[in-house]
Amino acid sequence: MSTQDDTDYQNAIETAQLDDEPIRILDDDGTLLSSAEPPALSEAELLEMYADIKLARHFDQRAVSFQRQGRIATYAPMTGQEGSQVATSHALDDEDWLFPTYRDHAAKYVHGADLAALLKTLRGYREGYAIPDDVNLMPEYIPIATQVPQAMGMAWGQMLQGNDDTAVLCHLGDGATSEGDFHEGLNFAGVFDVPAVFVCNNNQWAISVPRERQTASETIAEKAHAYGVEGVRVDGMDPLAVYAVTRAAIKKAKAPTDDERRPTLIESVQYRYGAHTTSDDPSVYRDEAESEAWRDRDPLDRLETYLYQTDVLNAEREAKIEARIEAEVATAIETAEAAETSPERMIEHVYEETPNRLQEQFDELSTLREKYGDDAFAEVLG
Amino acid sequence: MSSAAATEAGSMTERLTLVEGVREGLHTEMERDDRVMVLGEDVGKNGGVFRATEGLYDEFGGGRVVDTPLAESGIVGSAIGLALSGLRPVAEMQFMGFMYPAFDQLVSHAARLRSRSHGQYTCPLVVRAPYGGGIRAPEHHSESKEAFFVHEPGLKVVIPSTPADAKGLLTAAIRDPDPVMFLEPKLIYRAFREEVPQKSYEVSLGEAAVRREGSDISVYTWGAMTRPTLIAADNLADEHGVDCEVVDLRTLSPLDAGTVVASFEKTGRAAVVHEAPKTGGVGAEIATTIQEEALMYQEAPIKRIAGLDAPIPLHALEDYYLPQAVRIQDGILETVEF
Repeated sequence: MSTQDDTDYQNAIETAQLDDEPIRILDDDGTLLSSAEPPALSEAELLEMYADIKLARHFDQRAVSFQRQGRIATYAPMTGQEGSQVATSHALDDEDWLFPTYRDHAAKYVHGADLAALLKTLRGYREGYAIPDDVNLMPEYIPIATQVPQAMGMAWGQMLQGNDDTAVLCHLGDGATSEGDFHEGLNFAGVFDVPAVFVCNNNQWAISVPRERQTASETIAEKAHAYGVEGVRVDGMDPLAVYAVTRAAIKKAKAPTDDERRPTLIESVQYRYGAHTTSDDPSVYRDEAESEAWRDRDPLDRLETYLYQTDVLNAEREAKIEARIEAEVATAIETAEAAETSPERMIEHVYEETPNRLQEQFDELSTLREKYGDDAFAEVLG
Repeated sequence: MSSAAATEAGSMTERLTLVEGVREGLHTEMERDDRVMVLGEDVGKNGGVFRATEGLYDEFGGGRVVDTPLAESGIVGSAIGLALSGLRPVAEMQFMGFMYPAFDQLVSHAARLRSRSHGQYTCPLVVRAPYGGGIRAPEHHSESKEAFFVHEPGLKVVIPSTPADAKGLLTAAIRDPDPVMFLEPKLIYRAFREEVPQKSYEVSLGEAAVRREGSDISVYTWGAMTRPTLIAADNLADEHGVDCEVVDLRTLSPLDAGTVVASFEKTGRAAVVHEAPKTGGVGAEIATTIQEEALMYQEAPIKRIAGLDAPIPLHALEDYYLPQAVRIQDGILETVEF
């Protein structure tokens, strides 16, 4: 989105790498750090980023509440992590590809996914995974780290075909860095020097296992060095810092200077406030005080404070944004809840042409539906 | 529960769910044999995402109930090494749909360490994994791919359908000198309770259980599909006077061909019920075994009532995908009335 020169941030990245301190632009309260310069984003761009984070949080709260009401199935909450997700997607150009995990609802939305479609999937309709034609986005990846080599391959393919304006951004979690696919993907990325950016959303917990029990490395970013890939740590709850670092990495991926490598592993240091999914209870494995401490660095609060301090935001604008996003989420919910599905969807798109045997199996099922009625299919255990 | 187990256990029983039966199997075996250890993702403090290991961490400590990094190949590969070192690891795969990264370790190594070393080394390993649909889970959480493992010589494949069997089969699996895939039907983890002996006991691997005696048709099934099959059998008896024999295979590999064939020789008709996709499913193996060994008893084509040859859909449609009582009844009737 931005075409500004990010040399300053490249310098900041290099400096930060020396001491492993995450790069920050805002302090915990949201005030601009005296040593930092804000990324060159216009007022409109800043407000858009703010509105997207606010929408993400509102969506997240609604989704958790809907899951509790039984209106959607298992949901992976993102509160605490929206700032990073929104900022990384803002750093992408439209032609860049995004490989999301099951928690990257906001990243997907910002890069072009339809909000109602996200909810359709949660209602159990595979149709929700359909991607709008002009959006370079993959459906969410649920098996851990499997997207890493694929994202690498997409970046490689773009490079081989001379599409120098296209980079690939791949999300993963801290747990994903334990899987073989992470290492294989990063290793290939280094060997083939592909235009890919891997963003590890280090939210400190892989379900119940803390980051310290996931890897004995001091940081996740340092793993990049083993693969000849650049590694950088950023304060994942500082949206401006995440934007700046990601934007620099995307630009480098597309047009590295002579001494630069294209791929980057960004460790976005953040925290999952809530449960891994609505199926687990974090109080079993972690101390609530820890979660509270991270809330002091909340990405939405920090950006809001910064925007008020710089007069980009005021009460009137905030109210307007709030009304707009509430309406947008409400419409998405209405659309998703009005959606209908049909058993035919089960056999569609399994192959380009449905094989006869599968069609026959489905026809047999249809005959039974006609004979016994759909109620007879409502429960497997009777 | 087998009658032998009930007699052995005397009157000391407790009413457990299937997942509690799994936990009791782990618990009694860890108490009995300090070589037994549990490893996997979230199995320790969190007690497993389905609570199958709840309380074990507190009782046996983090040295025997180990939260590992998130890495299926690492878990199974290291469990193979643990087994080679003389321990008795029970590795948990959080969901069957996530175990494919471990597939190489399972089929290339666990399954053939004995044969590769000409009997010098063995791999007494258990890999537990919840499988199957029907619990409104997200994508990749509802697979039923037991056939992958049944196809691999050297692996045993066990699927309990009752709480008492869960405990007894798991105990036998842990004591078994070969690698055992212990697949748990999560749809019925908490669907019902039954009396389970408190003491440690084994339900032998490789032995099917006749859940319902009958004379008109043999219906073969396992795991979560046992319940709807029994419901269908009751309905058919009430509404059509059809007398089904329901055979719960319990161990898919090695298959209890003796019980399968003996039942068929009695009834002359067969149906197989499984939730896995029809093509290449274990139903095909059972049907062929019957053809090979009891063709002359056959009075009707053998019917497979199975999942579709399509990925199991997200939850809105999964009830259409999974066989349920009406589909099972209809398939059985078609065979009986042939």
